[in-house]
Amino acid sequence: MAISALIILILAASPLAAQEPPTTEGVALEPQGPPPAPPTNVVAKDNPNDKGGIINITWERSADDGVGANDVTGYEILKSKEKDGVYEYIGGAAPGATFFSDSNVRNKVNYFYKVRAVSPFGSSESLPSVAASSRVQWFNFSRLTLFLLSAIIALAIFYFISKAKGGRQLYIRRIAGLEAVDDAVGRATEMGRKIFFIPGIMDMDSMQTIAGVTILGRVARLAAEYEAKLEVPVSRSLVMVTCREVVKEAYLNAGRPDAYNDNMVYYLTDDQFGYAAALDGLFLRERPAAVFLQGQFYAESLILAETANSVGSIQIAGTAMPSQLPFFVAACDYTLIGEELFAASAYLSKDPKLLGSLKGQDLGKFIFLLVILVGVLFITLNSLVGLNLPNLAKIF
Amino acid sequence: MRREVPLVLTAIVGLTMIISHFIPPLNMLKDLFEDWFFIIAAFAIYLGILNLIRINADKVYKKRSDWPFGVVVILGFLLITIPGLFFSGGRSFSDLGTPFYYLYDHVYYPLSATMFALLAFFVASASYRAFRARNVEATMLLVAAFILMLGRVPIGDMITAWLPEGYRMGNAADWIMDFPQTAGQRAIMIGIALGVVSSALRVILGLERAMGGE
Repeated sequence: MAISALIILILAASPLAAQEPPTTEGVALEPQGPPPAPPTNVVAKDNPNDKGGIINITWERSADDGVGANDVTGYEILKSKEKDGVYEYIGGAAPGATFFSDSNVRNKVNYFYKVRAVSPFGSSESLPSVAASSRVQWFNFSRLTLFLLSAIIALAIFYFISKAKGGRQLYIRRIAGLEAVDDAVGRATEMGRKIFFIPGIMDMDSMQTIAGVTILGRVARLAAEYEAKLEVPVSRSLVMVTCREVVKEAYLNAGRPDAYNDNMVYYLTDDQFGYAAALDGLFLRERPAAVFLQGQFYAESLILAETANSVGSIQIAGTAMPSQLPFFVAACDYTLIGEELFAASAYLSKDPKLLGSLKGQDLGKFIFLLVILVGVLFITLNSLVGLNLPNLAKIF
Repeated sequence: MRREVPLVLTAIVGLTMIISHFIPPLNMLKDLFEDWFFIIAAFAIYLGILNLIRINADKVYKKRSDWPFGVVVILGFLLITIPGLFFSGGRSFSDLGTPFYYLYDHVYYPLSATMFALLAFFVASASYRAFRARNVEATMLLVAAFILMLGRVPIGDMITAWLPEGYRMGNAADWIMDFPQTAGQRAIMIGIALGVVSSALRVILGLERAMGGE
């Protein structure tokens, strides 16, 4: 045994072993061996729930994929418009892959696909797939549940809005953060210091910014009535334009158009931390009596809230960013948590139509709660009693 | 008309965005509207820049309070804009080695990182206030935070090594994150989703007064 090992070592170290592979007329010989086994069961199907233009191809891996010296190094996907026609290479897939998406197809045209397994010893093609064509889907059925839930909630909101229009009194729970808005503006008036309203760092395409701007309308109206000084430093140009319109209209509605000027709403910077630095400076220099942080915030939330806290401002924050809510709860006097931010404009205006929408929202919450409870019940029964309701449990 | 036209446009765009989520062929309209938004926002940035320069120039000119900060803003703006526009030597302003990139790498980036780093100190001061055991809720928060912070460092498991596996500090921290925290966060997320639906409907229906509604 030891002798044979010694011979192998000597042979391996000999000059012969280090030589180039044998050649014929100067051309290196290819490694010899059988080609890999072909992929099987190639299936081509229209990509579901889209506007067409995509066909998905699946296959079963070559028997040599991941095995021995004839290991597959990749797959090549071939396409043709005719079953026995010329197949063109359209893309590759890594070893082990069983899926390829062809996004270069025309709707309602039949295509055939083959998959070729490639190894160092050659390649072998699968049989062609059956004909497949892509088609326009007029409804995305993967979103059916979402559609039904949204429709129910929207109908509930419409129903309660119409009820409210009819004069029905709707009970809305007290939201402490919104009750404090009047006090905050009043405090600023008494102290003769400014109110700062910060509508987040995102643009007008964010629903949270829109919710923040609607609250600004109410705060601006109160500021106009109390003759308090309001400033709105923003981080987006479109938000600046919108906030100006909102503040201007609020002052007009309060009968104080003379007290409004464009410089109340001004742009600082789009940059997140540049904006935070500028606001920190403003807070420290101006020492505002009240700071409203209403909108979409990220890491700057705590920097702003703590700085405003350090100068003794009363702070009312509101955001729907779950990761920033703990910071606001820790550092601010009042925090509108998630849905309360969106409810604020309705709550503050006391407009029955808007309050009706909140009631519809509550019904939606009830439905979600019911779905969660039923889902928990099914899954618990499945695991405890072995009651076989897998499909229902999956739905929930 | 000044009120009606924006409301009609809002309703059309809003409804199209909702419907296109369920009807794939309308995705192209959704993409189109999103592109329009970015184009309008890109134009609007000039409004912001003009406003920034005008307000700060006015402050400096009239020597209002804190006017030196206005000088810093204007100089900072020129310092980053002029090299980016005129001194890139024919290369893209963001290429390595350009004056703009130098300023980005050696001025802007460290300043941003400094602001971000301040967060560590603010977290400490906010936590100190939040974790004072003033009432039952604050005490629960304090206990949960104590377990979580200890459970995330090796010493947490070390000091509870005498407990059976599965009951140590690290496991308790994982349990808090996996169950009470996840449940609470999901409840907030459901509320937010419903709030967004309700708020969006109010804007689309023209009920939000601040957004041009009745």
